[in-house]
Amino acid sequence: MSQTVTPPQANLDQLRPAGGTAAIAAQSSEFSDFVQETAALTKRLFIQLQRRPSTLMAGLIQPVMWLVLFGALFQNVPPGLFGGSENYGQFLGAGVMVFTAFGGALNAGLPVMFDREFGFLNRLLVAPLVSRFSIVAASAIFITTLSVLQTAIIIAMSAFLGAGLPGLPGLALVGTIVLLLVVAVTAISLGLAFALPGHIELIAVIFVTNLPLLFASTALAPLSFMPKWLQWVASLNPLSYAIEPIRYIYNHADWSLASVVMQTPFADVTLAGSLLVLVGFGAVALLSVRSLLSRSFA
Amino acid sequence: MAPAVVIEKLQKRYGSVDAVKDVSLTIESGEIFGLLGPNGAGKTTILRCLCTLATPDSGQIEVSGDSVLTHPRLARQRLGYVAQEVALDKVLTGRELLELQAALYHIPRAQIKGRIAQVVSLLSLSEWIDQKTGTYSGGIRKRLDLAAGLLHQPDVLVLDEPTVGLDIESRVAVWDFLRQLRTAGTTVLITSHYLEEVDALADRVAIIDKGLVIATGTPSELKDGLGGDRITLRLREFTPAAEAESTKAMLQALSFVQDVIINEAQGNSLNLVVEPQSDALLTIQQALKEAGLPTFGISQSRPSLDDVYLAATGQTLLDADLAAVALRDPKKEKKQSMR
Repeated sequence: MSQTVTPPQANLDQLRPAGGTAAIAAQSSEFSDFVQETAALTKRLFIQLQRRPSTLMAGLIQPVMWLVLFGALFQNVPPGLFGGSENYGQFLGAGVMVFTAFGGALNAGLPVMFDREFGFLNRLLVAPLVSRFSIVAASAIFITTLSVLQTAIIIAMSAFLGAGLPGLPGLALVGTIVLLLVVAVTAISLGLAFALPGHIELIAVIFVTNLPLLFASTALAPLSFMPKWLQWVASLNPLSYAIEPIRYIYNHADWSLASVVMQTPFADVTLAGSLLVLVGFGAVALLSVRSLLSRSFA
Repeated sequence: MAPAVVIEKLQKRYGSVDAVKDVSLTIESGEIFGLLGPNGAGKTTILRCLCTLATPDSGQIEVSGDSVLTHPRLARQRLGYVAQEVALDKVLTGRELLELQAALYHIPRAQIKGRIAQVVSLLSLSEWIDQKTGTYSGGIRKRLDLAAGLLHQPDVLVLDEPTVGLDIESRVAVWDFLRQLRTAGTTVLITSHYLEEVDALADRVAIIDKGLVIATGTPSELKDGLGGDRITLRLREFTPAAEAESTKAMLQALSFVQDVIINEAQGNSLNLVVEPQSDALLTIQQALKEAGLPTFGISQSRPSLDDVYLAATGQTLLDADLAAVALRDPKKEKKQSMR
């Protein structure tokens, strides 16, 4: 394991220390420093993605498989059974979109966890970062970009499979809904990456969260198919508040913010109401993670 | 001018383990300062507290006169930290890692290219710098890590066991490089459990044991402070215990012999502490001849840093190191080093 290092010939002038104070004083604003460090950390994640594209490929192939294979599962159900959707494929589109973005965001903490375990995070923490939140910001930017890309592919794919395409305002709203969910779940995952002892535990949490949250949402079947207790669970699941509005936008060209998109056991939820729930979910996630990160970054 | 690093009454405990009990050190600007001690003595914890990776339970740490607790960013800008375990992103090339490092230290964009070219040539890395770090050998990884630590031209370069796992040739190359750094005005703080490393390299040494400083000074001060010379005597390659005992009794009767220890680990050789006198070796050889005892080997030396450690703790550094390694809990240590 030991290796030979050939003696380096040093030019003494190049070794002279800079004087840390002068170095900091000569810096530009804190904001541009924050941008510099966040951009560099984000670039690292994209270089990793470019050299190891298998996760990206899997992330694009998986939703397509969902649409094609799972969509075909209920191809012969009587028309109209799945609410306003013409066929199950169209019904499923919104679910796959949200589920894919959710899964990607849930995994956001894994690279950070590996950096912790391999000691790479220490390299970042001994550096004079303006704010250590740049580490979190870089991951969030990276995951968000990926999710937008995945969502675009799913929208194109489901349009190709006959699910139709909403107008531009509708598409913009679909994008916003996905982003809201991704930001919230990414924050939770990054928080877990610092709170849990290791990647085994993080993967375990991802494992027990991922599929159950999918089944206990309206991704695969409408609320009306479920027993009362599951209706309650699905109505408390944030994923439903992302799925139902997207589905409504796909099925109703005349959607408005006041349209009722989901009839839960406790109330009728409008499109605006769903957005509010998602914003609230994101705010709670960010706030709780913020205090957690402040502690481990102290 | 304030000293490069001042550590005062530092304490840090992990769970029920007192990693650092009470450590005070002053490291002057422009010197190479060595922290010597066996595994588990608390050396790494001291460095982690200095580099703001761990928060002390109590005590003060200053870098160039500013507290690292109240001005952590300033301290991070002034320090360059080279950890014992080289953590590289194996997908990145060496250059990409240095570019990331440059941005994290806020080196102005216009200077980054030039600065990277400098450290690459300083550490003779040009052949490897555009390859992925996953393909690097141990020595090259260490060199890249050194380059990363030096990129922002720190006032104080902090190295945790810089030559563990390197062969002798690479070790000497790292030593030469650190000496050049000192000549250029950089303060260097290293930890080591290799006696010869600290002896050869450090201007001043602190010997650390069980979270306490047991001695501080230049290597020669510490060794001279012990007094006496060391004589190692081997009667045979493997001396019978009884013969060693009787020889010990005989030698102890000599007036200039202060102490005799039988070292069972080295075939019952006899380790003597004698008053520094030029004819001690001759007198002993004469006495052995008269008693009709054979001599396999005999040598006289000045005390080593190991003798300093031995005098303070009652065991050799190597023995303490082996005992500490046996007691280590890798899982717990991993947890301590993770943030």
